[in-house]
Order: sequence, then C-alpha cells, then structure tokens
Amino acid sequence: MPDITENITSELLMINLFRENFATIVASEPKAITALRQKAIEVVEANGFPDTHTENWRFTNLDPLFHAPYRFDFSNQSRPFDIDKIFSCDVYDLDTFSITLLNGWYVYQNAPLTTLSNGTIIGSLAKAMEVYPELVEKYLGTTANIHQPGLAALNTAFFQDGVFIYVPEGVEVEKPIQIINIIDSAEPLMIHPRHLVIQEPASKLTLVHCDHSLTHNVSLTNGLSETFLAKEANLDFYKIQNKGHNSAVIHNAFFKQKKQSNLISHALILNGGFTKNIINVELEEPQCNTVLNGLYLVDSNQHVDNQLLVDHAAPNCQSEQLYKGILDDEATAVFSGKIMVRREAQKTLAYQNNKNILLTDEAKANAQPQLEIYADDVKCSHGATVGQLDPAAMFYLRTRGLCERTARQLLMYAFAGEVVQRIAIAPLRERIDQLVEKRLKGELSICDQCVLHCNTKEPTVFNIDVSKL
Amino acid sequence: MLSIKNLSVSIYGKPILKNFNLEVNAGEVHAIMGPNGTGKSTLASVIAGRDMFDIDEGQITYMGKDLLAMEPEIRAREGIFLGFQYPVEIPGVSMANFLRTAINERRKYHDLDPLSGAEFLKLMEERKKLVEIHSKLTNRSVNEGFSGGEKKKNEIFQMAMLEPKLAILDETDSGLDIDALKVVANGVNKLRKPENATIVITHYQRLLEHIIPDFVHVLFDGRIVKSGGKDLALDLEEKGYEWIRKEAGIEEPM
Repeated sequence: MPDITENITSELLMINLFRENFATIVASEPKAITALRQKAIEVVEANGFPDTHTENWRFTNLDPLFHAPYRFDFSNQSRPFDIDKIFSCDVYDLDTFSITLLNGWYVYQNAPLTTLSNGTIIGSLAKAMEVYPELVEKYLGTTANIHQPGLAALNTAFFQDGVFIYVPEGVEVEKPIQIINIIDSAEPLMIHPRHLVIQEPASKLTLVHCDHSLTHNVSLTNGLSETFLAKEANLDFYKIQNKGHNSAVIHNAFFKQKKQSNLISHALILNGGFTKNIINVELEEPQCNTVLNGLYLVDSNQHVDNQLLVDHAAPNCQSEQLYKGILDDEATAVFSGKIMVRREAQKTLAYQNNKNILLTDEAKANAQPQLEIYADDVKCSHGATVGQLDPAAMFYLRTRGLCERTARQLLMYAFAGEVVQRIAIAPLRERIDQLVEKRLKGELSICDQCVLHCNTKEPTVFNIDVSKL
Repeated sequence: MLSIKNLSVSIYGKPILKNFNLEVNAGEVHAIMGPNGTGKSTLASVIAGRDMFDIDEGQITYMGKDLLAMEPEIRAREGIFLGFQYPVEIPGVSMANFLRTAINERRKYHDLDPLSGAEFLKLMEERKKLVEIHSKLTNRSVNEGFSGGEKKKNEIFQMAMLEPKLAILDETDSGLDIDALKVVANGVNKLRKPENATIVITHYQRLLEHIIPDFVHVLFDGRIVKSGGKDLALDLEEKGYEWIRKEAGIEEPM
C-alpha cells in the first residue's frame, strides 16, 4: 500500500506508483501500447489532475478522492470464481451474453476470449493485446483524448485489463452483451478498467454495462472505453450505475462514428456516491445519428456530474441529448453538455435538453449548456431547467383525490419516465421502470439494485423522501 | 349541502370575493354568471382548495363540515369535483393509471376495497359510454396534446368516473363547438341525481339551454348582485350585463 502523506501531490503519488510498478504493468504487451503509456504519464506530469479552476471540473472536486489508502492490483488477484454464487441477474426474460469484471480484471469463466459462431470476439482486453496485437494497436488510444483535462491520461498509463469486443462486418449480435463491473474488496481499492469495442460496417450490437459494488467500502473506478462504429454500424448502449455511497466512478467514454452509423446511449444512475461520466462523441463522417439519454436519481450527499460533448465534424448528422435528474437532500448534480459544430458540418441538427427537479433547498443542480457553431446552415437548440414539481399539476391531481405524496410520486415517476421509455430492450425497460418507481417510493434497497441480485448482508435503503417538498 | 357565508377572499392583498353568500341544496343546479374578472373562477378554486388565495373572512360549510379546514384531496374524497377551465397537461401520467389511483385512494378513504384491474376497466368502459366518449383518450397521458374540446370532454369523463356529490364546472363551455357542447351537457344531465348538486360557472347563456339551472346568480365585483330563475339567463343574453351594473350601482371599471 503506498504511503499517502500530506506533502505529496496526488499526481506525484500516482506517477511514482507508475514508475515503481512499470515492469509489472507493461509485462507482456505490444511495444506500441507501452509507448502510449509513457506518453500518457508524461501528460499527467505536465498537466496534472484537473482542479476546480479547470473548465468542466468547476463543480466536481477530484482531490478528496485520492486521499484514501488505496490498494492496487497490478496482477490478476481474482480467484477461481463461481459468478452464480455471488449474484444472478434478475431482469426477467433478459437473455444476455454476460461477462464479469472483478476489481477491474476480466473473470475467466470459460476462456479469456470467446469467439461466437458469427465471428464476434468477446473477452479480456489484456488477452486481446496478446492474441490480436495488430487489431488492438490499430484502435486503442486513437479516440481517447488524453490531453483533455481529466483522468483519461491516468487510465491510459495504468490500465491493464477490461473488456474487448469485436463485431465483424454485417454481423448482428442477437443477444445483448452485458458487462458486469464488480468491486469486492475489504480495503479501499483504485482500479483503471479499459474497454475497447470495435464494430465493423453494418454490424449491430446492444451493450449493457452495469457498475456494481458488493461492499460498502471506499473505491475509485477510473474507467475508459473506446468505441468505434464503422459505416452503418448500430450500437444501443446502456450504462447502469448502482453503487454504494462510498464508491466513486469516473468514466470516460469515447465514441467515433463513421458514415450513417447510429449510436443510442442511456446513462441510468440510480445511486452513485460520486459519479463523473464523460461522453465524447466524434461524428467523423456524414449522416450519423446520435442520441444520448440520461437519468440520475440521487440523494444524501451524492454527487453526479455528466459531461457530454458531441462533435459534429461532418455534414448532415443529427444528435440529441436528453438528461433528467431528481435530487433530494444535499445531493448535487452537474450537467455540462456541449454541441460543437465544425465549419464543414453543414445541415447539422443538434438538440440538447437538461431538466432537474430539486426536492430540497439544499440540493443543487448546475447546468452548463454550451454551443459552439462554425457552420452557417444548421439547426441547434439547447435548454436547461432547474425547478420543482409543477404546482398546477399537483393541484389538479389533488382535486381528483390523490394525496400530496402520491401526486408527487406520480409526477416524479412521469418526469423520469420520459427517459425510461426510450430504453429499447423491453425486459430491461420494465425492470428499470420498476426500479425507478421503487426508488422514488424509497423502497429500493441494495439487494435489488441494478440488474443484479447480490448477497449483501446489510441492506441499505436509499430514500428519496418526497414528504419534504 | 354547501353553505358559503360572508366569504371574503384576496390574492396578494387584492380583494376578489367580497362578502359572498351562496346556499346550494341537494338536487339543485346553480348557474353563476358574470363578466370576466368578477371572481367566478376564484370561487371555484377556493371551493376546491387551491392555496394561492387568502381567505380573509367567512365560512364554507359542506355536508355539515368546515370545508376550508380540509386539504384539496379530502374535499375530493368527500365528493367535491372541480371541472377545470384550463385542464392541466400531465405528460407521462396515463389517464388509466391516474384515474385508478384516484378512485382507489377515494375508496380507501371510505374504507372500501380497491377496484381490481378488471373492475376498473369495466367501469371505465361503462362511463365512457354514458358520457359518449368514443375516442381513445384513456390510453393517453392526462390531457397531453388534447384539443380544447377533448380536454373538456375529459373533465366530464373524470366526473363520471369519480361520481361527485357536488360538481363545479368552471367555464366548461368556453372554446367548445356546438357538438362538443352537447356532449358535455348530455354528460352533466345524465349524471344528475336528486342527491347531487351542480354549480355551473359560465359566461354565456348558451350552455344553460342544455343544462337547465334552477337558479341563476349574477356575480359582479366579487359578490352576487342578482339572483333569479332560469329566465334571468335569457334576460342577460338579450340585454347584456350593463343594466345589472347600473341596477346594482356599481361603478364602471377604470
């Protein structure tokens, strides 16, 4: 365990840690990847971590997160592991190809890499670097911008494993692939999982990514995913987060879209502790579609920060961002959504909307919509609201006999429903719908969190208390 | 059934109802008429329990109980229904879910078992027929994207579902074409029972050709200045409101 003292900066601590464990980290990887790490650690050295003076980080303070005595697993510590004994998925009728990461490492159920009959490869990124070095080198690090203020460079220096998915041309992967990211550690743990998803032309994939914690211990997940959508590829992506109050998740998701590709992303944060989700979408070629949906339900002193960038670099693309949040107690939320329209991106259609409901005077939402437009023939709009439930609607419901509490729950449920209804997988939509309803009634416990069913002994009840409005 | 005595109501210190009095008995239909801005809608809102108004003086007794002490939902469960002048759109809340919740909360209040899904659907079909609503309004979100006429029909449908003792219809005729007006009026007439009462708030005599009132009251400057039978509405239609203003000695507004 590294010695954490007050005199040393978080950056220096991590840089030293990198140098000390360099040999283990780079062990058997292609040289190009090692070069990428060295470049990344130089960026960390030069730029440091963002602080509250950094654009897009003004309301999210990273510093306290680095002050725990973290453990780092530089080699795969996961024991032979029977997943079904720890949890089972409780989304009825949801048939997925599910893969698990335990403390950042791919869990070898059958094999580290599985090739489906249609040619799709699913498995461990560490193993993929060994078996398919050329494929990995061609893509890895090419869309992740390590110069953007944040922790993408830190992930690039430290990552060792994560999920690798390759979908060949024209293949439609029938079953959704479900990534279950579990942290189970008696000590505070910091992990840097890295995912690489490559979709060849006209392929189709549904990816469900669940972040889950099995204990109430402190953890910091600094994840990064890179997703490449070739011409006419389709991706329906879900990130579902239900973590304990003591866990922190920073996730950088980078997407690159080629001609006529479609991306639909859903970020569903039912409980998050500390969450910073960054999504960068680069629309590199014409006629792409991008939809980014988000829902966050937070209470106590949880903090959730969604930072989105849709970069229109080609003409005739469409993008939409819809993020909605309900905040109780002293919870805080940040939304910074940016639409960038470059000079060549004529005929762009881009919309952005962020709506927040605050249930207490102490809850806080910061919305920072940003438009940067260099083309002249485009349609863009943005809107942000922070408010309370509509008093006219409340009165209307009460005149029909609904008590205040029920009326509020109904309105909050409807508010969240706009995002939930966009979930395309029916069983998942129904399950999320139930979870949202339970969450708003204060009946959700850690035992029926996420899409998992775990054996936690001490159920924690998360409670948005509607009686306080 | 309803007894309003010396009621004075203001908003932000501006008086709206001034020493207002009204008695409504079971089986009666009262029409409250008057020009814009005389306090008609305020009266409806105060009876239903909207809390944006200040009650400066007076009492409202409903079925022997102090109405002003009750929360809006308690008034509703005790049988008061307000048909809104501007029904509120509530995206994401389905009509069926909303009405079933409303009916079951009311039943719980009266110590009755909740309606099952099947019972509820049956009731809904029956009441749709009664008020002649054939559209699929009930599959949609509450009032969302409804036309003006659909919204008003939907108010009458809700009334049919909730079976109030005292229904207050606030300008239910405004913005309706003649066919929609007939649907609304037929609904109200079919739901009339000797043990129930209705207060119809309206601007024009038109609706009162279809819903025949027992009493017509003219509201001016926050109080009733003239009451009469159904013929009073015809007089108003013919002569306008000006003669009442003069008769009551009220100054013209500046």
